[in-house]
Amino acid sequence: MKIPDLAELALRNLRESLLRNSLTTVGISVGVASLVAMLSLGIGLQQLASRRLGKSGLFDTVMVSSRREMRGMGREEERNGPAPGESRVLDEAARLEIEHLPNVLEAYPDIRFNTELRYEDKPHLTTISALPASAKSNDAFEGLQGNYFSSEAAPEAILQKAFAEELLGKTPKLGTPEPNVADLAAPLLGKELIMRYAQRETTPSSPGSTGPTSASPADSLTDTAYSVVSREQKLKIVGVSDLDPESMRGPARAKVFLPLKLAESLHVMQATDLREVSRAASALPVYQSVSVKVAKPSQVQIVEDAIKKMGFTTFSIIDASRSIQTFFKVLDVFLGIFGSLALAVASIGIVNTLVMAILERRREIGIMKAIGASDGDVKKLFFAEAGAMGILGGIVGVALGWAIGRVINVVTNVYLRRQSLPADNFWAVPWWLVLFAIGFAFVVSLISGLYPAGRAARLDPVQALRYE
Amino acid sequence: MLWACCEEIFASPMAIAPANPRPNGAIRTENLCRHYRMGETLIRAVDGVSLDVRSGEFVALLGSSGSGKSSVLNLIAGLDRPTSGTVVVQDKDLARLSREELAKYRLHVVGMVFQSFNLIASMTLAENVELPLRFAEVDRDQRDGLAREALERVGLKARTNHRPSELSGGEQQRAALARALINRPQLLLADEPTGNLDSHTGGEIMNLLREFNQGLGMTVVMVTHERALAERYAKRMIFLADGKLIDDRLNVPLAAASETSGGQR
Repeated sequence: MKIPDLAELALRNLRESLLRNSLTTVGISVGVASLVAMLSLGIGLQQLASRRLGKSGLFDTVMVSSRREMRGMGREEERNGPAPGESRVLDEAARLEIEHLPNVLEAYPDIRFNTELRYEDKPHLTTISALPASAKSNDAFEGLQGNYFSSEAAPEAILQKAFAEELLGKTPKLGTPEPNVADLAAPLLGKELIMRYAQRETTPSSPGSTGPTSASPADSLTDTAYSVVSREQKLKIVGVSDLDPESMRGPARAKVFLPLKLAESLHVMQATDLREVSRAASALPVYQSVSVKVAKPSQVQIVEDAIKKMGFTTFSIIDASRSIQTFFKVLDVFLGIFGSLALAVASIGIVNTLVMAILERRREIGIMKAIGASDGDVKKLFFAEAGAMGILGGIVGVALGWAIGRVINVVTNVYLRRQSLPADNFWAVPWWLVLFAIGFAFVVSLISGLYPAGRAARLDPVQALRYE
Repeated sequence: MLWACCEEIFASPMAIAPANPRPNGAIRTENLCRHYRMGETLIRAVDGVSLDVRSGEFVALLGSSGSGKSSVLNLIAGLDRPTSGTVVVQDKDLARLSREELAKYRLHVVGMVFQSFNLIASMTLAENVELPLRFAEVDRDQRDGLAREALERVGLKARTNHRPSELSGGEQQRAALARALINRPQLLLADEPTGNLDSHTGGEIMNLLREFNQGLGMTVVMVTHERALAERYAKRMIFLADGKLIDDRLNVPLAAASETSGGQR
């Protein structure tokens, strides 16, 4: 029998026992709905985590430092590589070379220093870090009060919430609720900070010459010299951030952020400059470390390998990313298994419905065989009926699962808002899930139809025709 | 090919087509047995029946209830398999055919009508009639035309979209005849075709059977327990009792008339 005829006869037969077949189809729909709802939440959570982690910059960033900086770290590759003193200097030329590697979006120097900031004539000692313009998309700035830097060289500062609390003298005591970031930002935005810092100035070297503030015990070795000059820089507070964009740095996290170009132009003396005389005295910028943004987290390893070949030390947390991906895959499998249980129960309903249909239509099967239907025709007809119930149940189930997932998402977001937590979308129904769910329902239905279809096909036509 | 055959026969619905040009539709059984076991009891429904039916014959199988006539018909129809013996139709031993080959045999060689009509209640008459064409994978457009023509031939042109429950017994049996004809079989097997009909309606059905036998050259084997009906329409009467063939005789007046018309033809 041709497929259109088969489909037509199957649908006709399903219409004949409308209530029973509808109930069976509802059973399949509920099974598919539970599968879709479970997987949509699993996928949604995975996408949410990917989104968050992607924005955090944790998984697409490689930290690069010179092996000179790794003294005492004791890593195997460093131990086996060239001695720190002989390794390559991480200077501007190296930064540019790294930036031109394939899959690298940008490579910017990691400028970080401790200094004093004055606000309303009160001094506050803190760590300052420089951020490139691309850091604007970091999810730490999603709830930013005020604005991001107007330009990369603007004399502006963004404060981390904890430092804003310190400036306002509102550091929360243990057990008391944290102040709202908007309340902290209101009195600070547009106000001025004065940053006092030590500027590094290269001076022409000559044997025996020493500047007034020169601190170069290795002058004779490097044939260079520098002086340290105390400077001040006025900064306008343009934003207060709730979250920490440098959460991966642990204890080295900064509390005040400056635009990258501004920070570079200041030539601030950094802690390691005393150790690395050559860097401090160099006319060209030499960096303690460089942050490298990679186009995709999956390309981090390739970029890391390329940078290591250049003679630098790298660090990324791509391995943690792999573990998270594995976790979500396992989670999806478990959610899928639990979701499929309802579909397995529904498949028993299909078997029951079709076995009942055989009993009811025993004579009809006999008639069909008497007028020329083969065993295969009868079998295919019952398969078509099972498949039609599966597809119909699958379509309705996807819609139902979509609705259930959406409701769960909405209700959870209402709860999160009540808990003063940011709402987010942790539910997703991608196209492949829609097609997979309908296909899965179809396959499960066909498998359920195996026994009834085989039984119908084996019916003895003489016996079937005698059946009343 | 099937369509070509059907087109040929239904090209002019009311015209009587020439005798079947296809291979001989003769039936031959040899020592045919069909035994059933019910518990400890062996039931010999058919017990050593040997007969020959020539192509174009109209044969009545007569006997009382339980004589084995329907069992013989089911064996000839390929609905059942013999316990022993052979049933050969068109030089094919049905006992040796696979289930798939038997289905094709029932589809293309045999047309069946039953006492209880056996139309599918959920389908219209047109859908019932065209059902064998679906199994033969004939295109929908051709099916519609053929079904309409078959129903027109049995006088049910106006009832194509009615369901069986909306028709009288006679109309249902005529629809069953149209369905049996749709694939233009060489054998028309009728199991008590008038058993559920009054004498007038039964007569109409029998006239149609005779028309198919004489007009289309079909071999007709009819099971009946009404001897009068058999004498009126069948050229040959075979009597069965307890599964055995007890008599096989020509219906002399009809056979003679048939010979005469055959000679004229």
